[in-house]
Amino acid sequence: MFKRKSLSLPYILFILCGTVIPLLAILYYAMVDKSGHFTLANLAAIGDPLHLKPLLFSLLLAFICTAICLLLAFPLGLMLRRSGAGKKGFVIFLLILPMWMNFLLRTIAWKILLQKTGVINAILNAVGLKSLEIINTPYAVVLGMVYDFLPFMILPIYNVMIKIDNSLVEAAYDLGASPFRVMKDVLLPLSMPGIISGVTMTFVPSMTSFAISEILGGGNISLIGNIIEGEFLRGGSRNVGSGISMVMMVFILISMALLNKVDKNGEGAVV
Amino acid sequence: MGNILELVNISKSFDGELILDELNLDVKENTFMTLLGPSGCGKTTTLRIIGGFTTPDEGRVLFEGRDITNLPPNKRQLNTVFQKYALFPHMSVGENIAYGLKISGKSKTYIDDKIKYALKLVNMDGYANRDVSQLSGGQQQRIAIARAIVNEPKVLLLDEPLGALDLKLRQDMQYELIRLKNELGITFIYVTHDQEEALTMSDTVVVMNQGYIQQMGTPESIYNEPENAFVATFIGDSNILSGLMLQDKLVRICGVNFICVDTGFGVNKPVDVVIRPEDVILDEPGMGQLDGVVTHLIFKGVHYEMEVMAGDFEWLVQSTEMHAVGEAVSLRVVPDNIQIMNKPESEDEEAVVIDV
Repeated sequence: MFKRKSLSLPYILFILCGTVIPLLAILYYAMVDKSGHFTLANLAAIGDPLHLKPLLFSLLLAFICTAICLLLAFPLGLMLRRSGAGKKGFVIFLLILPMWMNFLLRTIAWKILLQKTGVINAILNAVGLKSLEIINTPYAVVLGMVYDFLPFMILPIYNVMIKIDNSLVEAAYDLGASPFRVMKDVLLPLSMPGIISGVTMTFVPSMTSFAISEILGGGNISLIGNIIEGEFLRGGSRNVGSGISMVMMVFILISMALLNKVDKNGEGAVV
Repeated sequence: MGNILELVNISKSFDGELILDELNLDVKENTFMTLLGPSGCGKTTTLRIIGGFTTPDEGRVLFEGRDITNLPPNKRQLNTVFQKYALFPHMSVGENIAYGLKISGKSKTYIDDKIKYALKLVNMDGYANRDVSQLSGGQQQRIAIARAIVNEPKVLLLDEPLGALDLKLRQDMQYELIRLKNELGITFIYVTHDQEEALTMSDTVVVMNQGYIQQMGTPESIYNEPENAFVATFIGDSNILSGLMLQDKLVRICGVNFICVDTGFGVNKPVDVVIRPEDVILDEPGMGQLDGVVTHLIFKGVHYEMEVMAGDFEWLVQSTEMHAVGEAVSLRVVPDNIQIMNKPESEDEEAVVIDV
């Protein structure tokens, strides 16, 4: 008899090879020095200003990116809630469309657009405006992150919001609430599971991204992802890279835990 | 008693379909008024216009004589009990009830007192700290009512509030609502498609169909003196026969002359005649006004329901005495139980506009 349990084998294998073994390997490298002796120096390496500054800067950019995405996605959710089914689907389709293209390509496209002699500046100059000089600055990095991660904020918020029963909104109006209070007392709390998912799915990838900062930062912007990349691929120490990765993972786990605490029911938790 | 609410020439269409057509309705203070009709008759739209959730295309809504047509729901002195309760799932029972009071800025002691009072009123003492999701449908309904009435509205709107409850609970809640209405001394406007609910609870029943008011009156007058075939068939079971009004107080049905009590229809005028199945008296053949044969028999609990073929018409008859299928019987109706209606002259006139 074919056991149902055996059906889960591919998934178990996938999790083992894709998550557990690499994690253990990172953990091992983080805990030893080059000659294989136990050490905590790799973890402590985060205290080095050379690493600490990029970590804090990554946190800051990830925070800004998440905040901008949230500020864009929540009002959009409010608007889409009230529009017709066809319109809703079309707007969501348009927002997701860029995701069909490889994200590196999209980022490189931004680089070309934003160049000093790029399309955007050409247009700005043509109408007599000053050039936009944000390429190779943190502004360009944040712009790229927001562009790449916005759909991950919009989709969970939208999914939760359109399911909120409109009679709850009407009940709040009926009990005397102003439109602002309806938003604050009913729509916002009931959207929380979606907001939590959205924040998680935006904050974590923007915190760990290194490609966007490299492409749009022109090598000037060093985020924690770039540091780890450098340690592994550009003549650094694999052990130090692993140590910093472990520390960053702890940071992410802490922020997850904080987020899940806000979401009492745990409906929106993805981790 | 004055009118607390007046709807004046209200019209409303959705996507080009006319839902309400020049509706006029006066609601007297401190009455239990029920809007009754099949789905799509416009009763819910009427309630939503009163609540402020839908704006009429034409016409005005007057509250205590003041025009509130363009006032948003949060500025109206009305509260609504929604069909699916619409309790806030992220708030406790107490917080739900307190919501309206918090918005109007009442003190904490006042709010706490009110929560206790309202919970007692709906027989839900001690539930203030419960989670809404832990409550049964009937309990949620009570909390929805409590949440509405703590705000001391002058008019309470109820949109099929008992629709989702099972039969026994629904009957209990009907008595509760009558008691609440009497204790609070406010106006209830209640929407339902359930004729029994309407007859049980209301002071005034408004029967609606296709965006028009068909008839408005006390439950007794609606049941006993339906003004047209729609009302007669919608409210309870009935036999509707074609008849000829020979003269005042004399109508010819199935080839037999019946004495009735209605006057003023003219001479030799075709009319519709309504006879309720419980008003048909069965007897030995030859003893009644019309002879016939029983064709169907069903036991309904309180009574037997039979169909009797007599004078080319299948009569619906309810009686506590059983007559087997195939049995020859006679029918008799006392003059008081024969209700005469004008025949509609066209399809459209089926939906009569009645100025109240």
